[in-house]
Amino acid sequence: MTTTLNLTPTVATAPLRIATAGSVDDGKSTLIGRLLHDTKTIMEDQLASVERASHRYGDGSFNLALLTDGLRAEREQGITIDVAYRYFATPRRRFILADSPGHVQYTRNMVTAASSADVAIVLVDAVRGISPQTRRHTYIASMLGVSQIVVAINKMDATGWDREVFDNIAKELNEYLASLPRQAPTLTIPVSALHGDNIVDASQHTPWYHGPTLLDFLESYAPAPSNLAAPARLDVQWTLRDYTTNFRAAAGRLIGGSLQLGDAVTVLPSGQRTTVARIERGGEELAHAVAGQSISVVLADDIDAARGDVIVAHSDSHPKTATQSVVTDVCWMAETPLREGDRLWFKHSTRSGRATVSIVHRIDVDTLKAEPVQALELNDLGRIELALSEPILATSFADQPETGRLILIDDRTNTTAGAALIV
Amino acid sequence: MNAPDNARISLLNRTTPSSSLGQVSRSTVGELVDEAISIIREVTAECEQPVLLFSGGKDSAVLLQLAIAAFAPARLPFPIMHVDTAHNFPEVYEYRDSLVDELGLRLVVASVQESIDTGRVVEETGPRASRNRLQSVTLLDAIATHKFDAAFGGGRRDEDRARAKERILSFRDATGGWDPRRQRPEPWDVLNARIRKGEHLRAFPLSNWTELDIWSHIASTGLQLPSIYFAHQREVVKRDGMLLSIGGPVTLEAGETSFVETVRYRTVGDMSCTGAVRSDAVDVHTIVDEVAAARITERGATRADDATSESAMEDRKREGYF
Repeated sequence: MTTTLNLTPTVATAPLRIATAGSVDDGKSTLIGRLLHDTKTIMEDQLASVERASHRYGDGSFNLALLTDGLRAEREQGITIDVAYRYFATPRRRFILADSPGHVQYTRNMVTAASSADVAIVLVDAVRGISPQTRRHTYIASMLGVSQIVVAINKMDATGWDREVFDNIAKELNEYLASLPRQAPTLTIPVSALHGDNIVDASQHTPWYHGPTLLDFLESYAPAPSNLAAPARLDVQWTLRDYTTNFRAAAGRLIGGSLQLGDAVTVLPSGQRTTVARIERGGEELAHAVAGQSISVVLADDIDAARGDVIVAHSDSHPKTATQSVVTDVCWMAETPLREGDRLWFKHSTRSGRATVSIVHRIDVDTLKAEPVQALELNDLGRIELALSEPILATSFADQPETGRLILIDDRTNTTAGAALIV
Repeated sequence: MNAPDNARISLLNRTTPSSSLGQVSRSTVGELVDEAISIIREVTAECEQPVLLFSGGKDSAVLLQLAIAAFAPARLPFPIMHVDTAHNFPEVYEYRDSLVDELGLRLVVASVQESIDTGRVVEETGPRASRNRLQSVTLLDAIATHKFDAAFGGGRRDEDRARAKERILSFRDATGGWDPRRQRPEPWDVLNARIRKGEHLRAFPLSNWTELDIWSHIASTGLQLPSIYFAHQREVVKRDGMLLSIGGPVTLEAGETSFVETVRYRTVGDMSCTGAVRSDAVDVHTIVDEVAAARITERGATRADDATSESAMEDRKREGYF
């Protein structure tokens, strides 16, 4: 197979993070495989390996899904069990692709993939139409706050490229998306992942479609820029100490806005005020730091700022007082149901403690109706109230995602059982 | 703007950044650096006895560089551990020892030879014998002996299809095994480090880096590497489609002839199963170009251990491998 060079070492911008979503057999892994194949980012030894596996596990025709279905059990069963991460670059952009499983039983792995994505690609099988799992994944992607949803209506070749089929599915899914609590901009594209139509190259079969191909869109998509005017916040992960020089600095990843040398800050929850005397990143001094950077900060006064504390720039928009009660939307990911009154571990940013659960409702992802229930079962989406043993400086997820989310950990298994977003 | 407290800062008797580590701030992959440093700090804060697995290869060199940057100017708050097959390249031992010396690191050596001598493992025999797989036992024994509860590794998801599946914080049960079908969910960057006694975690801060990211970072920061990564003349033999260096565990078999070739290494592992690639890239910038143009993955080009079966890495990882 001939291939051409298309990786460019000078592409230095942050990679765009993409996750697939949708029902089993809607072609998620095939779509990723197609994207990698048509951007010529598959290496020769990987191609050879897929060719060998295509003979072993299939009829011998080249199976694009085997590029990401990397576990033995996945290749044997022809399904995706857990997220596979793939990395590729075009001359315009670098990408991190998370390929999610479609089976209901592996929804928690889809949550893992979608939680860190900028863009979710929801696949729909044009022949079978929208399934409950399509709605569940769409709901989860929207709930987790992806900033863009691309609906790829796949297997259009099997409908004879019927525009009416496309329009009907697009209409139904867009109505569903419009009725969700959290909206994300949506683009709908008719594709055939198997044959490559409208993935990288525009299809000859869709003269009625005037939008971009999937890759065109992903290359040019601009995520909402992080709001540099937002107030800065540093949740202290660790205190750096050098006893010989009496050096002490608070280390963490800056959230929201920017921080300058000399900025006035408050340490919470103590409420003590001081200024920023020194900022370092990677052991080297900075004049100012921006959101997303892992930094350390020396405070001008001898104020205690340890793990669990929060350093904020002076602003009215920060929570000044910690709370021990939060209402959250939750995706329950453990086999054991979550019941009224259950006590679990929680982790919010750098703080951990006990959480006592009170169930508000469960959401039926098909009707979007809230139903009163006694327990949330595996893969249920719902709303719960948490009474916390430790106060946290929470924001709503909508205001500041990094401080508006927490995880719930099952005592008995130590597994991560719930992904919760503060309302 | 208020003036910073210069009096306090002047108290700092800071050493200049180590020349071997280069300058992290110049990295061309800044976002990945921030992500990695945040993971290193978080796992260190949540676990009691972390350790950094150091092979002397480029990925563990970047990992070590970032770990030191995460805690500078304070000391690295955990030791590094080398699982030593005794079949590593001499240049890699030199590199390890000079770094440990220069940076004042605590080094734990977990010796595969010792595992063989004490009967914990049985040495493979035959012309394709390798100590690669034996390392898992030595590694797990050392983790148990030193009561490490988290081990940082330089593994990247783009290396291999099984690695592509692994979480950033990856759980290991009391036997040290990885169960890829029952991984903990990992929403956002909120890492769950809760384990029971006897279990441990593997942490992969470089999960989202590609081979090209690693090289581009090395080139931009000036991190020093073992000399075998750069083109040099070496006596090699062609075996199983790979160029193996003559010396150490590799000797000529009947019918084989050795020859001198200009080569470099894309990965650094055991001499018995790590192949060299033909290359004239004598400096790091030429290597970046070479990696960008490569059409074969680094493990595909250089690792006999991964060529044994299509699930070789998954099988080894289930047993506790890196």
